[in-house]
Amino acid sequence: MQEVKNRALALLKDGTVKRVLGWRIGENTYDPEPAFFESEEDMQTFVYNNFCAANLSKYMIEASKLEGKTLVCLKPCDSYSFNQLLSEHRVDREKTYIIGVGCKGKLSIENVKRAGVKGILSVNDTDPLQVETLYGNTEVSYKAAMLDRCHVCKGKEHVVYDELIGESEDTSTADRFAQVQMIEAMSPAEKFAFFQKELSKCIRCNACRNVCPACSCRKCVFDSDKFDSAQKANVDSFEEKMFHIIRAFHVAGRCTDCGECSRVCPQGIPLHLFNRKFIKDINTLYGEYQAGADAEARGPLTSFTADDAEPSVVAEGGTK
Amino acid sequence: MQRIGVFVCHCGSNIAATVDVKKVAEMARLEPGVVFADDYQYMCSEAGQAKIGAAIKEYNLTGLVVCSCSPRMHEATFRKCAERYGLNPYMVEIANIREHCSWIHKDMEEATQKAVILARAAIAKVNLNAPLQAGESRVTKRALVIGGGIAGIQTALDIADAGYEVDIVEKTPSIGGRMSQLDKTFPTLDCSACILTPKMVDAAGHEKIKIYTYSEVEKVSGFVGDFTVDIRKKARSVDEAKCTGCGVCQEKCPSKKTPSEFNRGLNNRSAIYTPFAQAIPNVPVIDREACIKFKTGKCGVCEKVCQAGAINYAQEDEIITEKYGAIVVATGFDTIKLDKYDEYAYSQSKDVITSLELERIMNAAGPTKGHLERLSDGKAPKEIVFVQCVGSRCSDERGKPYCSKICCMYTAKHAMLIRDKYPDVNVTVFYIDVRTPGKNFDEFYRRAVEEYGVNYIKGQVGKVAPQPDGSLLVQGSDLIDNKQIKIKADMVVLATAIEPNQGVRNIATMLTASIDTNNFLTEAHPKLRPVESPTAGVFLSGVCQGPKDIPETVSQAGAAAVKVIGLLAKDKLTTNPCTAQADELLCNGCSNCAKVCPYGAITYETRQVNDHGIREDRRIAVVNKALCQGCGACTVTCPSGAMDLQGFSNRQLIAEVDAICR
Repeated sequence: MQEVKNRALALLKDGTVKRVLGWRIGENTYDPEPAFFESEEDMQTFVYNNFCAANLSKYMIEASKLEGKTLVCLKPCDSYSFNQLLSEHRVDREKTYIIGVGCKGKLSIENVKRAGVKGILSVNDTDPLQVETLYGNTEVSYKAAMLDRCHVCKGKEHVVYDELIGESEDTSTADRFAQVQMIEAMSPAEKFAFFQKELSKCIRCNACRNVCPACSCRKCVFDSDKFDSAQKANVDSFEEKMFHIIRAFHVAGRCTDCGECSRVCPQGIPLHLFNRKFIKDINTLYGEYQAGADAEARGPLTSFTADDAEPSVVAEGGTK
Repeated sequence: MQRIGVFVCHCGSNIAATVDVKKVAEMARLEPGVVFADDYQYMCSEAGQAKIGAAIKEYNLTGLVVCSCSPRMHEATFRKCAERYGLNPYMVEIANIREHCSWIHKDMEEATQKAVILARAAIAKVNLNAPLQAGESRVTKRALVIGGGIAGIQTALDIADAGYEVDIVEKTPSIGGRMSQLDKTFPTLDCSACILTPKMVDAAGHEKIKIYTYSEVEKVSGFVGDFTVDIRKKARSVDEAKCTGCGVCQEKCPSKKTPSEFNRGLNNRSAIYTPFAQAIPNVPVIDREACIKFKTGKCGVCEKVCQAGAINYAQEDEIITEKYGAIVVATGFDTIKLDKYDEYAYSQSKDVITSLELERIMNAAGPTKGHLERLSDGKAPKEIVFVQCVGSRCSDERGKPYCSKICCMYTAKHAMLIRDKYPDVNVTVFYIDVRTPGKNFDEFYRRAVEEYGVNYIKGQVGKVAPQPDGSLLVQGSDLIDNKQIKIKADMVVLATAIEPNQGVRNIATMLTASIDTNNFLTEAHPKLRPVESPTAGVFLSGVCQGPKDIPETVSQAGAAAVKVIGLLAKDKLTTNPCTAQADELLCNGCSNCAKVCPYGAITYETRQVNDHGIREDRRIAVVNKALCQGCGACTVTCPSGAMDLQGFSNRQLIAEVDAICR
């Protein structure tokens, strides 16, 4: 989107910001990547299209430590992550200039492939998508190519920004908790088998951890010699079952359900399901709560009220 | 490497009958770090402690594991013991093989296996223990008493007489509590008001006592020796400094249809009222729900008739913040609601009353001016039936499982007083058991039976049926004669179970004081620390801890006062060194720990840290050691594991779990 690029360039030029955090053209049309831009020359490669799915909030932790303001492009759902980081004092609002960029649902090349398209040479981001393949040109509908998470869109509103550029659209078409309910309905043995199968695919590349805005500890417990979890995580069976479960516990109540974990997983593990189960339970036990919606709000897991569900109810996973 | 000594206690047969203590010691000897293990009959005894001392010297022990009762019982004992023999007291761990093991298991083999595992966990922990040093905190020399009944008044008087400042916070417009509603008191039959009101006056006039009536505790923070309490002084709408207590406002008030709380709703009071004539302070309050001025804006009669100009409709609630060293809970009781006891026809007939209502009827200042009459038609009753244990000793969910303790005696009192004043009235008492343990109590009950001819029937009442002629047909069983009895009564009096006052749960939550399933506050130890709550600095007085009569309440009130005085007499308290601490290299500065800290002990500062050569300014959590109570809420909230509790570190706890799962 040219307008975003122009505005970013203008702010960079007039000195309002020292750098721009956005997306850079990738090798192909469909794989733009997060990048910092510090000059007009850098900005040549700036891009904002419907494949720009990455949530840039987390990069602001490091950018906040740098001198001067950083311009960051946030989509509506990214702004929740930024707000959550703000509430945890991990990013500096004073050093951030937020352009709330419009979003009508982001695309996934994986989903294009899933739609049966093989030998992709290039693809544009129009509706429907025009795909050039080794076997000729074809079309894929926008909805079919949209990221799974966009089907449970948080809405078109940015919760934090300095200015807005472009239109957004609420692209939700599915029930956010339908998959969780499906798993809840399984027997314990079926659940175990399901997660065993999914988590066995994990290669511990740490992509989920590295991309997760809630997983922003200075030193991860899995990397620290202060905790025995580091050694334990190397044990095979533990790794499968425990790494992701511990991670889900660590982000519980803070996860905004941005879905980056599942998006970046090279093995296609539906990692967001753990987080979404926590969110569903929190909503049932303590009332509807969206992490990051309000930077001033106290999360249900870090506040106490006299009418909180009793521990016995929580233990049973029941409702109030 | 630690040099650990393990000491397995028999506790007489308490442990040794179910756990093979020799086997536990033998297995413990195999654990890493253990250089000595032995068993003994009573580890806590002088000889047992000497054994520990000798082992410390002989084996150069650096840590101890005592396998015995709950740490709540004797952790302090063994810590002191360790200190006496030159070891840091925090190098002691208790493996609870009594409450958690021998008392709850029957099978010796299983129990022994579990005891070995519990010992193993404690050993794993001691291996990671480090010596800790206790700090000191100050003591605010002022006590707070919540509740202004006889328990609260007595506690306050005793504390004040020792020279310390005391504040009483009372929810209702006057101090006096339940006792002020009673007519005569057992077993001496002296009038309740005659012995209570002088104490109320003493409390009000005491230079060390400040009374906040019509007030409630709203917020409590801090800890033993240094509590900060917000007291909400509800708007009285009457200026306490100006009011002379003449009572004209109450006489002239046109809104007179509110059931009197003091008279248990048997008659009505005005919207501006003092609960009773001897109220302290003798300053009325305006019930804004009932007041015509507040409801419609038109009236203002009280303001017009008040010579002192004390009426202030614009008065607002006031929040008073005060510091206290100790807090006494004396919130008392109420009778249970009888809506689940339809068989006694309480809601159907005005002549079925509770014993507390009978107290008001028999009282000269009560709704009938002390004249015994039926509330339905004002006629004098000729046949009265008392029903004992209504909701007490109840096995189903309608009532309470406990004995309310006071009913046997007050019913004997009521029966005796009625027979004395109205010899022509027949009095029958249905009882399950008559319980009269107390000085001169059984003699009192026997007088009721033998001298006053009260008819006691062992058995329960099944039904009270109001009859068309206004009488009450009481059907009950006589277990001794094994027959059904029907009595045509004019009045039925229900000895209604008592329960802790509403709102005590809220107070307990604010004080983090524990409460049992019946909402009675829990003692630190049922036998050895009966007037202390397990929460340091919180003490219990009166029925809030369990059913009690007046003499018992007064003794407990005095005992609570002594404990408070003992605390306030100290200039410094030793603080618990098991406090939280943030690792500056791991802390994210996210504030989640500060959000969950119930003591407000965590703040943040930005400081430069050196993280393996990288110097940067970071926002780091700082724990105020004096405020931290070591609850550990922060350690489990911290996503990065930066928060750790000294003496209960994450590593220690995981080591314990590992030892158990091994």
